[in-house]
Amino acid sequence: MHPYLQAALGGILIGLASWVLFAGLGRVLGISGIASEALADRSRSSAWRWAFLLGLIGGGALFSAWLGTPMPAARPAWLVMVAGLLVGFGTVLGSGCTSGHGVCGLGRRSVRSLVAVCTFMATGFATVFIATYAMN
Amino acid sequence: MTTKKSKFHIPGLLLAWGTGVVFAAGLVLSGMTQPARVIGFLNVKQWDPTLLFVMGAAVMVTLVAFAVSARQGRTPWFTERFVLPTRTAIDRPLVLGAAIFGVGWGLAGYCPGPALASALVGGIDVLLFLIAMAAGMGLAKWLHRSSGAR
Repeated sequence: MHPYLQAALGGILIGLASWVLFAGLGRVLGISGIASEALADRSRSSAWRWAFLLGLIGGGALFSAWLGTPMPAARPAWLVMVAGLLVGFGTVLGSGCTSGHGVCGLGRRSVRSLVAVCTFMATGFATVFIATYAMN
Repeated sequence: MTTKKSKFHIPGLLLAWGTGVVFAAGLVLSGMTQPARVIGFLNVKQWDPTLLFVMGAAVMVTLVAFAVSARQGRTPWFTERFVLPTRTAIDRPLVLGAAIFGVGWGLAGYCPGPALASALVGGIDVLLFLIAMAAGMGLAKWLHRSSGAR
């Protein structure tokens, strides 16, 4: 299968999952929100978040094994930890990530999400440019 | 009378679990759990457009989804109401937060979804990323609370 076709099929699955979660539970599928609220709110009303996260983690392992997804090259521990810290902090401050603002927010035609997507794309491009070209 | 809320438990949790599995399938199939693919998309000089196809296809589905599902008078299958973000202001936290997120995303090539979907198969890197991500989320929530919360 052509990689772009495969990418689009994957995107359709991501969109359908977002649709079913919204139609079924009335919730917007945003990973950073689900993860941060699951950690912050330990009450029963958060049970659906843990169920979702279990599916995401288990499903990820299953399909990676099935499709033989290669393991990523190892990188310095400080780099991935700084990145993780920025991603966690930024997504809570900015109320969303690639799924909540990108897939669902754009689907809801939210202007806030459009601004967020343009902003994180811009700083993402700038970061890769600096990390790849300016520092080497 | 059974309320929708009492039906929530098992079917609702199964639905949430199932959407997590399908979401993961989409991420793995599209290659988004491979950080090199994501960094390739963010690289202007050797641009890999894969992510654009993923996001474009996903948004085409959600454009229909949100137009159809939340029509007047409808309610979700297993809960009482749709929970949608109410804020509309383009404010500093939104832009600053998105900017910070983008830097982290570009550094490691992971956003929260793909990182969680690779938790068991991405090696030590992704585990360190996830621990740091949880700490960053906690820090942002703590700062928000201690600043007197708007």
